[in-house]
Amino acid sequence: MTATGTEPWILEMIDIHKRFGPVVANDGVHLAVARGEIHCLLGENGAGKSTLMKILYGLYSPDRGEIRIRGQRVAIRSPRDAMAAGIGMVHQHFMLVDRMTVAENLVAGMEPVRRGLLDLDRARQQVQAMAARYGLQVDPDARVQDLSVGQQQRVEILKALMRRADILILDEPTAVLTPQEVDELFQVMQQLKADGKTLIFITHKLRETMAFSDRVTVLRGGRHVGTVRTADTSPEALAEMMVGRQVMLRVSRPPAKPGETLLELERVSVVDKRGQPRLRHVTLSVRSGEVLGIAGVEGNGQLELEEAIAGLRPLAGGRIRIGGREPAQPGPRGRRALGLAHIPSDRLRRGLAAPLPVARNGILGRHWQAPFARRGLLRERAIRDHVGRLLASFQIRGRPDAPAATLSGGNQQKLVVARELADSPRVILACQPTRGVDVGAIAQIHRELLQRRAAGAAILLISADLDELMALSDRIAVLYEGEIVTEGPTEAFTKQQLGLWMAGQRPVPAAAKDSAPAKEGAAGA
Amino acid sequence: MTDAWEVIFHINTLTAALRLATPIALAALAGTLSERAGVINLGLEGKLLAGAWAAVYATYLTGAPWVGVLAAVAAGMLVGALLGLFAVGLRANHVVAGVGLNILLLGLTTWLMQVVWDSRGTSPTVAALPRWTIPGLRDVPLLGDLLGSHSPLVYFTLLAAPLLWVVLFKTPVGLRVRMIGEHPEAADTLGIPVHRLQYLSLLAAGGLAALGGAQLALGDLAWFSQNMSAGRGYMALAANVFGQWNPLGSLLASLLFALTDAMQMRIQTLPNPWPTELVQMLPYLLTIAVLSGAVRRSRPPAALGRHYPPEPGAGAP
Amino acid sequence: MLDGTPAGNARGWLRELAQSLGAIVLALLAGAALLAAAGYSVRDAYWSLYQGAFGNVYSIADTLLNAIPLLFTGLAVALAFRGGLFNIGTEGQMYAAALATALTALALPGWPPLLLITASLLAGAAAGAAWGFVPGFLRARTGAHEVITTIMLNYVAILLTTHLVKTRFKAPGPVDQTALIPAAARLPELVPATRLTWAIVVAVALIALVDWVLRKSSWGMDLELVGQNPSAAAYAGVPVAARTALTMAASGAIAGLAGSTLVLGVLHRFITHFSPGYGFTGIAVALAARARPWGVVPAALLFGALQAGGLSMQLFARIPADLITVIQGLVILFVAAPGLAALFRRRARGPVPVLPREGTR
Repeated sequence: MTATGTEPWILEMIDIHKRFGPVVANDGVHLAVARGEIHCLLGENGAGKSTLMKILYGLYSPDRGEIRIRGQRVAIRSPRDAMAAGIGMVHQHFMLVDRMTVAENLVAGMEPVRRGLLDLDRARQQVQAMAARYGLQVDPDARVQDLSVGQQQRVEILKALMRRADILILDEPTAVLTPQEVDELFQVMQQLKADGKTLIFITHKLRETMAFSDRVTVLRGGRHVGTVRTADTSPEALAEMMVGRQVMLRVSRPPAKPGETLLELERVSVVDKRGQPRLRHVTLSVRSGEVLGIAGVEGNGQLELEEAIAGLRPLAGGRIRIGGREPAQPGPRGRRALGLAHIPSDRLRRGLAAPLPVARNGILGRHWQAPFARRGLLRERAIRDHVGRLLASFQIRGRPDAPAATLSGGNQQKLVVARELADSPRVILACQPTRGVDVGAIAQIHRELLQRRAAGAAILLISADLDELMALSDRIAVLYEGEIVTEGPTEAFTKQQLGLWMAGQRPVPAAAKDSAPAKEGAAGA
Repeated sequence: MTDAWEVIFHINTLTAALRLATPIALAALAGTLSERAGVINLGLEGKLLAGAWAAVYATYLTGAPWVGVLAAVAAGMLVGALLGLFAVGLRANHVVAGVGLNILLLGLTTWLMQVVWDSRGTSPTVAALPRWTIPGLRDVPLLGDLLGSHSPLVYFTLLAAPLLWVVLFKTPVGLRVRMIGEHPEAADTLGIPVHRLQYLSLLAAGGLAALGGAQLALGDLAWFSQNMSAGRGYMALAANVFGQWNPLGSLLASLLFALTDAMQMRIQTLPNPWPTELVQMLPYLLTIAVLSGAVRRSRPPAALGRHYPPEPGAGAP
Repeated sequence: MLDGTPAGNARGWLRELAQSLGAIVLALLAGAALLAAAGYSVRDAYWSLYQGAFGNVYSIADTLLNAIPLLFTGLAVALAFRGGLFNIGTEGQMYAAALATALTALALPGWPPLLLITASLLAGAAAGAAWGFVPGFLRARTGAHEVITTIMLNYVAILLTTHLVKTRFKAPGPVDQTALIPAAARLPELVPATRLTWAIVVAVALIALVDWVLRKSSWGMDLELVGQNPSAAAYAGVPVAARTALTMAASGAIAGLAGSTLVLGVLHRFITHFSPGYGFTGIAVALAARARPWGVVPAALLFGALQAGGLSMQLFARIPADLITVIQGLVILFVAAPGLAALFRRRARGPVPVLPREGTR
């Protein structure tokens, strides 16, 4: 962990300032990374971690501040400069072209050429050589769209390595991985560290920070709060640094008192545009006062399940019943009429019309019904009152007249959640409800959902965050390749077992359960 | 009726189709290139007009049609740069910018026609492009008639399509251009200059489309007339969609459109019961039909029409 | 797509006004540069332009006369923009409607004026709606981009109406036109001895209606949603495909009325190739108006002035009037370029930076 070589730090970022208009993303941030260490950059959503790393990678340029590599001051004005300085980045949202092959994605920008034409054979060789060296198995001729998420991430890592990165930045690398894939990633990181690489990974998950890093730098509100050795700290201390106050890391979930069945899926099947099945005979039911969590790696049918229940996608087979009745009309209106609320997984694509004012977004989907409209005419006073209440109830900072785009990501999500929960729906379809939301708001949304549960709502929770699922759900079902492969009370599963189910494998029945209780953790951990 | 069919599918019709296809095909290739780079190129109509006008004007001044061709390319590149400035540099909506360019160039070419030649209908006749004959090919039956004797731009087009295919799919620069059209962020993170390549593609596309205009004006007619492109730029866009953003597909689709155009012209020269205007409608109706049928199954470049970098604010995590 | 300022948001319209004015000024400057390069006197050109548009009572009447069809076509294009659609087919919709109106007026000779006019206008609106519905339907069902289909239908409409008038409905004489419509079908004049008719009233009423629907009705909110974010619209339960077709039909109906009112008010018959490009100018009008219905009024007046002035410029300064088309194209380009406005903006609003230079290479 201590540096070898003359300079103690391989990377220093000194007094970095960056603002976007009135928003200050980085306010005098310092970062010092030692050669060959795994350094974690920790902070809530919106704390400025991504911005800082994008500055390092040349995607942004700082308003003020200095970057030093191996003691030498460098000017990084573009990714080219960053790569020349030995910096590589694995982005949170993969920078891969789905339709192209792995080899094409990997060599773009440094293509091997023969007589003026692309030499794909040599490209293939280069890829395979690099892959073998680091134990990152990939098929150079596979199309990216056919790869699993974990495989795609490997391609991203290879991309940086092939460009001779010594310093690797990993931005929220575990957000979409199963527990097993997270373990595999950690192995890869150890391998890279043994090879002399320096790793910086960005996360908001305390558990990973504690498990994987040598040292931690915490950012909050664009400012540098502190840097500690992981061995010398604890999750609680880190959380307090992240948020600035003591944080309740756990939400308590009282035992369920389930009542009548409010949401039923009976052998629901859905196909995509090419006729391929995306959901196969899914049968689920959720009762009043109960939360059913759907676990699964993204791409295994969660989106189709969400759309089918919400009425955004036609069923190729099967039935859906809400409150015992099938919807009278197709589409979301019929579902809403039966008491379904839908918190969509993509708030910007579906949940909000960002250019429209907050007030209008506050009645999205309800703008034909009383009290917001009468005979097709919008009633502005009622709308304003309602939106005012929504904003207050969730402490959302924003003006009703301003476009929803002016709200921060967290406030946008809170608006969507507030809106959907406002008319006490009987059934709540909550998809990634806390994605991109800061710790405080996460806790608030979780509490709100549990309150509805206590009040008798049936909640179907689809989330990529296993901790969230296990904290909130009474029962969990795992979706794999469009099928429910297992279902049971949350207590019956460990995280590892869920991970295996999510990967399509059947766990060996454990002789004794893990000592770590399944219900632990919550916001941000 | 059989007589009519035979006459329509006469070798002359097919030859005419090849000739008429050239402007559409060159414009379609231009569309393919720019859209592969992520820029919607609705300004093709304007580029055809600009190329046609520049070609005629330069030939008028110098008497040499080859100078006209060069002038057309220059004009086309200028227009391409303009589109780049507005659509890429100033982040205008691509469709609106294209429509604006078309209106601008329609007005400009018509205006200049009056300024220079004092005529609002047609320019004076100028020297046309020569007909090249390929020795040996001319004597081959059928094929010789079809391919043997054309304006050099026709042959150029037949070569340009496969050449563009090779460039797009087999060269490094083509890979980078395609990546920009699919995922500009990915390209940027790899150090590929997104805007620069988009500008270059638009310049090349402008030149290509303007060559189509040169063929329109000098390859057959030897004059410029108001709005002589008559919608061919839009047909070229449809041809591009139908051809799935592939240069070879665009060429074939353009031939299809030109065939109806040639048929329509041929029908008019025969004694027939079909009224002029109705027959003239054929190419336009075909375009609509093709577009409606083709779009469903098409997969345009994923980042087509998007500005890069996107507006921060809405959507920043 | 016009940077998404919805109809109901009154704040910031001042900024938009400045942007539109700036674009127009820039376009006029560019036009001046062009004139200078071609060796014309810019002063003569723009002076005769001004005279032709505002110089005397007759000029002003001409300006208004030219502005009236632009009120309709501009509104039509603006409505389509709000719904996320590009209606470039207003020219064709005008022709279809104009012929339908003329034929209806000719077919019902005995009717009293009010009924006859209403029926003829409705027929025109229906024809325009049909001509707009087809591209809308194709867009909704097959995804065929309406820019191309509407332009194709422009050509089809002109060819079709020309054919019909040449063959079936031709009035005796050398010109390709229909017979004169009965006197009862003529739109009454608003100002005597001009040709300014009640068409203005119809246009303004439509503008008020569209503005009100967009800002105050659930239907209007549906339309804005489809225009700004079709996925959110679907999520909110709006039948996106049906609304797409409906919006294009409504847009087509309004554009059609431009032709209908021309027939009933000014031409009193259908003449082939009667439109000096009112349909295309409507696009510039809608853009200059930032797709706001009431913004169409000053924009239409401006472009009507340009059109009237252009003729005068051609007559007196001997400068071909097509320069006006050039200026229109420039206005469209300048208005559509938000980057241009950003260059003049000193303070950013909200979290949007002034110049998004990040990542640009």
